[in-house]
Amino acid sequence: MKPEASGTTPPSSGSDVIVIGGGFHGTSSAFHLAKQGAKVTLLEAEYCARHASGVNAGGVRTLGRHYAEVPLARASLALWHNLPELVGEDATFVASGQLQIAENAAELDKLRRRVEELNALGFFHEVVVDAQQVREIAPRLAHHVVGGIWVRDDGHAVPYRAVTAFRHAAQRLGARFLEATPAQSIKRIGAQWQVTTARGVFSAPWLVNAAGAWAGEFAAQAGDPVPMKPGGLMLMITQRVPHFIDPVLGAAGRPLSFKQFANGTVLIGGGLRGSADVVRRHGEVDFLKLSSSAQTVTDLFPHLEGVGINRVWAGVEAFMPDDIPVISLSRAAPQLVHIFGFSAHGFELGPIGGQIVSELVLDGVSTLPINPFAVNRFAPAVTH
Amino acid sequence: MPTDSLFKPLPLAGRPETVSVTLNGSALQVPVGTSVAAGLLSAGVKRFRNSPVSGEPRAPFCMMGVCFECLLDIDGAPNRQSCLVELKEGMVIRTQDGMRDLLVGLDESAQNGRNQHGV
Amino acid sequence: MAYDAHPGITPSRPVQSVDIAIIGAGPAGMAAAIAARRHGASVALFDEQPATGGQIYRGITQVTSARLDILGPDYGEGATLASSFATSGARHLAGAAVWQVTSERLVHFLQEGRVQSLQANAVLLCTGAMERPFPIPGWTLPGVLTAGAAQIMLKGSGMAPTSPAVLAGCGPLLYLLGWQYVRAGVPIAAIVDTTDGGDYRRAIRHVAGALAGWQYLKKGLELMATLKKAGVPFYKGATNLHVLGKDSATGIGFESGGMSRTIDTSLVLLHQGVVPNTQFSWSLRAGHIWDEVQLCWSPVTSKWGELDVPGVYVAGDGGGIGGARVAALQGEISGLAAAAQCGHLPLATRDQLAAPLRADIRKNLSIRPFLDALYQPKKANRVPADGTIVCRCEEVTAGDIRSYVELGCTGPNQAKSFGRCGMGPCQGRQCGLTVTEVIADARGVPPTEIGYFRIRPPIKPITLGELAREA
Repeated sequence: MKPEASGTTPPSSGSDVIVIGGGFHGTSSAFHLAKQGAKVTLLEAEYCARHASGVNAGGVRTLGRHYAEVPLARASLALWHNLPELVGEDATFVASGQLQIAENAAELDKLRRRVEELNALGFFHEVVVDAQQVREIAPRLAHHVVGGIWVRDDGHAVPYRAVTAFRHAAQRLGARFLEATPAQSIKRIGAQWQVTTARGVFSAPWLVNAAGAWAGEFAAQAGDPVPMKPGGLMLMITQRVPHFIDPVLGAAGRPLSFKQFANGTVLIGGGLRGSADVVRRHGEVDFLKLSSSAQTVTDLFPHLEGVGINRVWAGVEAFMPDDIPVISLSRAAPQLVHIFGFSAHGFELGPIGGQIVSELVLDGVSTLPINPFAVNRFAPAVTH
Repeated sequence: MPTDSLFKPLPLAGRPETVSVTLNGSALQVPVGTSVAAGLLSAGVKRFRNSPVSGEPRAPFCMMGVCFECLLDIDGAPNRQSCLVELKEGMVIRTQDGMRDLLVGLDESAQNGRNQHGV
Repeated sequence: MAYDAHPGITPSRPVQSVDIAIIGAGPAGMAAAIAARRHGASVALFDEQPATGGQIYRGITQVTSARLDILGPDYGEGATLASSFATSGARHLAGAAVWQVTSERLVHFLQEGRVQSLQANAVLLCTGAMERPFPIPGWTLPGVLTAGAAQIMLKGSGMAPTSPAVLAGCGPLLYLLGWQYVRAGVPIAAIVDTTDGGDYRRAIRHVAGALAGWQYLKKGLELMATLKKAGVPFYKGATNLHVLGKDSATGIGFESGGMSRTIDTSLVLLHQGVVPNTQFSWSLRAGHIWDEVQLCWSPVTSKWGELDVPGVYVAGDGGGIGGARVAALQGEISGLAAAAQCGHLPLATRDQLAAPLRADIRKNLSIRPFLDALYQPKKANRVPADGTIVCRCEEVTAGDIRSYVELGCTGPNQAKSFGRCGMGPCQGRQCGLTVTEVIADARGVPPTEIGYFRIRPPIKPITLGELAREA
């Protein structure tokens, strides 16, 4: 089911919702809305999952979340485990578990306190494990690791495949995807949102701003300025290595996200910032910084010292100052939902993000606690 | 040289000098002054690795470092482009069968593993 | 985790610097180094090989007279360049694999297991050409190599086929190899030539240019005459090429003269032209155009070879196929430009010195339209049938790629993300052109609209341990 070529279709008269942004959250929104019978047109500047959504580390992670995100993340994980029923395929999701390791007693204490707090809040998905249990979960880990946190039902997926699965499901339900259609400006005129793109003007009563690193501009145009900053996140993929680890790995004390796919390649990430050029729409790798990431890996898995790096890249992502996204109705304009700013941890929230958006559009309120993600939570003097 | 090798040195300057290397544990005499890939081809090696996707046999294709078919484990380092490595006396060479086994001697290296805390 | 919780370490250790960094020790690189050195610029030349010469003059610094005799006089021209380079005062980093060149002209390289970097004012990419992919059934079998590979065996190691090989495809390099084998007394099973009548008819339109490049033409005709005289079996207009065999090549099948044929052999040497090696220029996000005649991507450059990335130049076959002599002339021109950019000679002198070189280039390029028309690779050998492997590393077939297009993967990067073609160790070198053309063909749009893989560093592999030690 190919996306239509722009220019061969008339403007979206008859659409109920326009979604700007073909990343995971935009695509998921289109899917959930279409599932509820809404007529959706999605406008994507390049191709779906071109940026953060397609080039991230693929961690399906509820472990280590900001407490405000935990209920959303757990709800999203239930959808991940149910993808065949939801979108018709498993979208490459593997429930490998996720492990965050502590390398000394102080780090382990911090992790214990966190789990206690989560338990008090009614969440039990994170479990403290000791050195022995860590060795059972990840036998090849270096011996200085003293323990960690384990989430059994977390996992990973191939980002491009996951977003594509939602796109196909949305298209089967009648949602229209227009790629190579960059949105330039939005304007509320009467009871319609008008979106001007390089390929014509589109209008609909509802608008979803899921434009990732470019969402700040549309938010500002709507009257909801936010202090969002684009940035680049660096990742490396290795050559194939014999299978040595199942769960996805993070480290408490240093930036690391580490997973091995079924084909043996190892994906290494972990919050290391490259740079992002949002005008030219690409991320730039800083190799001098990446060498510290390589050092982290060889410290934890000495046997990987001789493994070749196949490719390094930097994705373009949107970062918020409090490190949690914007998921809310606009406070300045009617019939507009914002969903962006996932600050390098939006992938796992993809399935639920779209559901929340469809709830906001169709019911005006979400079944999940999204107050912490309000678009107007920042100090009034802050500008975009 | 074995009769089923694909290439052999031209008889321009008499018999070429050879060195001995091991391939998968067996000793092999190969001409000096060539790349590992060229030397092994002339020694009759037909399969350098198995494709990690289907396991089908692969061997050098371009001999100039752009095809990555000639990948061998040379002296313990995996995935070396053997057409870019000069063949030397005593080299320990292993073909790559699907994926190289990195777990040999792993437990020792894990015990002595480097870490930032010196623990 | 606020914005900059994990900024990483940015060490501020001193990095060595040089006026001009040259990547590639073939004719373009050597000529550029010689020209730049003549005007006093500091030059560092990187090449993965232990000696200079690149591919076309591979082994030139150690060639014996017996081998020179076999390889022919064109090859011998490389010796002058190599010896001038050796005395030019340029720093030669042999066995150095450059794995990234940044747009700020920082050159990252790996030499003897150590990862280092060098800052340059100007970078010259002289990475030359590589063989065009030739995706036919069975092309991934052991015993199938490129004609260029066989030439490298000859030049670099003095080795030739043990039993008669089949040379299949088209283009001057294929026939040159045959000629070299004949001179060496190496028997050839057959030349299976895909050139057909239509190619000759198209080429004849460019005969004026061919005659202007009459020395090339004469050489070509002499070459063919030698092959014929030696009685090498010749099959013309060959189609439907496929390599036979299960675990290794046992023969080649094809159609020619209206008949199906099979030739037994354990060595098939394929060639259908060379294309620019553009990994570095793509990784710099430089602009490229699709060359409709040469059917490949060429970086867009100024008349000095400068990319749209300031201070980065391309010279030689890496910018478009012109052959060794043109490469040397272009290298000299870019070397002059880079030296002028670094302030070592006035622009007027640069222009003056470059003028006769440009005239020489025009002369040497006059044969190209003829050759490009005559030896244009056949579509069936560029856009293969469904069952043929396109991406060797990940075993992705043409049919797989067509199915990705059906699923909405409108370009190579989507196809790569979806199905892994281009993700293997060669990072698209062996499949990139084919993927672009298969998608273009499936969508019915020109390749220029499809684009190419996004190429990212490391351009050559480095290990985690090597990268870790750079910190």
